[in-house]
Amino acid sequence: MTVDAGTAPSGPILAADGTPLKVSLRKAQRVRKLRAFALVLPLLAFVLITFILPIVDMLFRSVDNPVVARNLPITLNVLKEWDGTGTPDETAYAAIAKELVEARENKEMGKVATRLNFETSGMRSLIGKSVRKIRRLKEGPYKEALIKIDKRWANTEIWSTIKRIGAPYTHVQYLAALDMKTQPDGSVGMQPEDRQIYGQIFMRTLWISLLVTGFCLLLAYPVSYLLATLPLRYSNLLMVMVLLPFWTSLLVRTTSWIVLLQRNGVVNDLLVWVGIVGEDGRIQMIYNQTGTLVAMTQILLPFMILPLYSVMKTISPSYMRAARSLGAKPATAFVRVYMPQTAAGVGAGCLLVFILSIGYYITPALVGGQSGTMISNFIAYHMKSSLNWSLAAALGTILLAAVLVLYWLYNKIVGIDNMKLG
Amino acid sequence: MALPPYVGPAGRAWHYSFLIFCGLVFLFLIAPILVIIPLSFNAEPYFTFTEGMLAFESDAYSTRWYADIVNNPQWVFSAGNSVIVAVFATLIATVLGTVAALGLSQAHLPYKPAVMGLLISPMIVPLIISAAGMFFFYSKIGLAQTMPGLILAHAVLGTPFVVITVTATLVGFDHSLTRASENLGAGPTRTFFKIQMPLILPGVVSGGLFAFITSFDEVVVVFFLAGFEQRTIPRQMWAGIREQISPTILAVATILVCISIALLTTVELLRRRSERLRGMSPG
Repeated sequence: MTVDAGTAPSGPILAADGTPLKVSLRKAQRVRKLRAFALVLPLLAFVLITFILPIVDMLFRSVDNPVVARNLPITLNVLKEWDGTGTPDETAYAAIAKELVEARENKEMGKVATRLNFETSGMRSLIGKSVRKIRRLKEGPYKEALIKIDKRWANTEIWSTIKRIGAPYTHVQYLAALDMKTQPDGSVGMQPEDRQIYGQIFMRTLWISLLVTGFCLLLAYPVSYLLATLPLRYSNLLMVMVLLPFWTSLLVRTTSWIVLLQRNGVVNDLLVWVGIVGEDGRIQMIYNQTGTLVAMTQILLPFMILPLYSVMKTISPSYMRAARSLGAKPATAFVRVYMPQTAAGVGAGCLLVFILSIGYYITPALVGGQSGTMISNFIAYHMKSSLNWSLAAALGTILLAAVLVLYWLYNKIVGIDNMKLG
Repeated sequence: MALPPYVGPAGRAWHYSFLIFCGLVFLFLIAPILVIIPLSFNAEPYFTFTEGMLAFESDAYSTRWYADIVNNPQWVFSAGNSVIVAVFATLIATVLGTVAALGLSQAHLPYKPAVMGLLISPMIVPLIISAAGMFFFYSKIGLAQTMPGLILAHAVLGTPFVVITVTATLVGFDHSLTRASENLGAGPTRTFFKIQMPLILPGVVSGGLFAFITSFDEVVVVFFLAGFEQRTIPRQMWAGIREQISPTILAVATILVCISIALLTTVELLRRRSERLRGMSPG
């Protein structure tokens, strides 16, 4: 349907098939929207299933607390009536005696005891000992019998622990991860001084990440400036020296630092040869915080240089020239005219390096020794060695929260769309 | 960077100390990678330069550690695993990532920032957390300690790199080309393969190489998710560094450095080609 030239169209403008143009356009837009979404959908589904779901599962695990709730349901039900003072009455003792014996038969007792032991040490032995003896007991009263087996059964604290740990969902792992615990009276307080670990580790993680970010900025700023001001054929050549480490395996670079920094390594040999230190004065530069700092700075340096370089590349030299011709000294011109223009690159680089270093695992694990370990190493420890998976999940969740806040900030300042590689 | 003639001695000193500082930083970046190459030819089982090596005596050098790799079935076995996992993970990541990037580059996509944030997250979340989450979840569904599980895990870790590089290539893409193609009667599939694909191919290949190296170098997820049967080269290296440290590791590291150099060169050449294709200035 065409409109004759010269005659004004009456009513809404129509498309070729007779529908109003607006409707037709909206339909076309919707089709395009759907098509764009259909293209993204496979990857979105893939990432959701293979990546996001596992992470959500881990978050859930940090509050999930099924072991005691599953094995002592009657006891916990009875304890609901208990007011938390003194000891519960005979029904609770009878219930727990029966359920612990059942748990032993189902081979679940070890799990229950371990879970309770994470909270109050000594619970494992108490439960093991009690179950061995009450099995022979045919009838009550169980209260007296249990207290006779071990006086601790008369403690209010034991029962309040069982009641608390019996909740199917719990925040105790987060308390543990923050060096806190629930006191016997139900209030939340700090762990005793000698059992506070994680606060210190979190602080150390932040401190090491800050130092690494600072060192990277210090080293990267002049180098990026040089790369951005050199003619292309030189800067391209030098750029290779930045990109090669970027492409080289992390393990390879960590290995090289071990080779360089160990007691009989290249750097110490060089120092002895030059005469700065004696043969027996070799410096311990690795398996401590120094090793972590040096290796991480080198490994993360390209992540600082690349965003700085791409920002500096766009700064026109005429601003500096203008400042100079208006009478500014070189230093003044640089600080007041050039540096403010690089703020975006500094922000991007610092955030990126900080995000990457806060979750670093491999390098601290291999060269960190005792003083250079970070929070990731403790997560790995609880995953692989102590098998306290819920605590690992809680520590991981706290770390994840920190990273996501930084990521959000990065997105605000830089925008993920502007993230570039290589 | 030549100095203008009016710069005084103080400026000159400042300039040269700046250059020296930069030189030291470049040394700091590159020396650790280069130093292991000669050390991997050490005839002695040491991690440092022997006097013979410094005097360039030929019998101080040997290729025994390279022979060690080839003759050790564990290294050969893990090399095979590494290649299988990396190739399949790269294929999955590249196909899914490229298709998604095509969708992301269209202005009509709803909730674009949120979608982009989700797709990039595997790159942002610390590896230890990804590995822990995957360990719990993949164990539940029976994928832990299997090759498919490891391949899926590595594929998802590689996708952000493909999405980022391909989206970057599509930024300068002239959409009138696809419209012209459709106008001339080609369907969407034909338009993609004949018009879009050749133009974004450099980006796709670089993204794929990024995904490949991500998988090939990855050790944390392997550490948690793989059993002995799925050992890869980095896992083997990890064990070597922690348990019995021997120059064989330096030989492996040297080979890995050579692979990195080859990949870096390819990506750089592709980047220049892509910029030329899209009519941007070279370099």
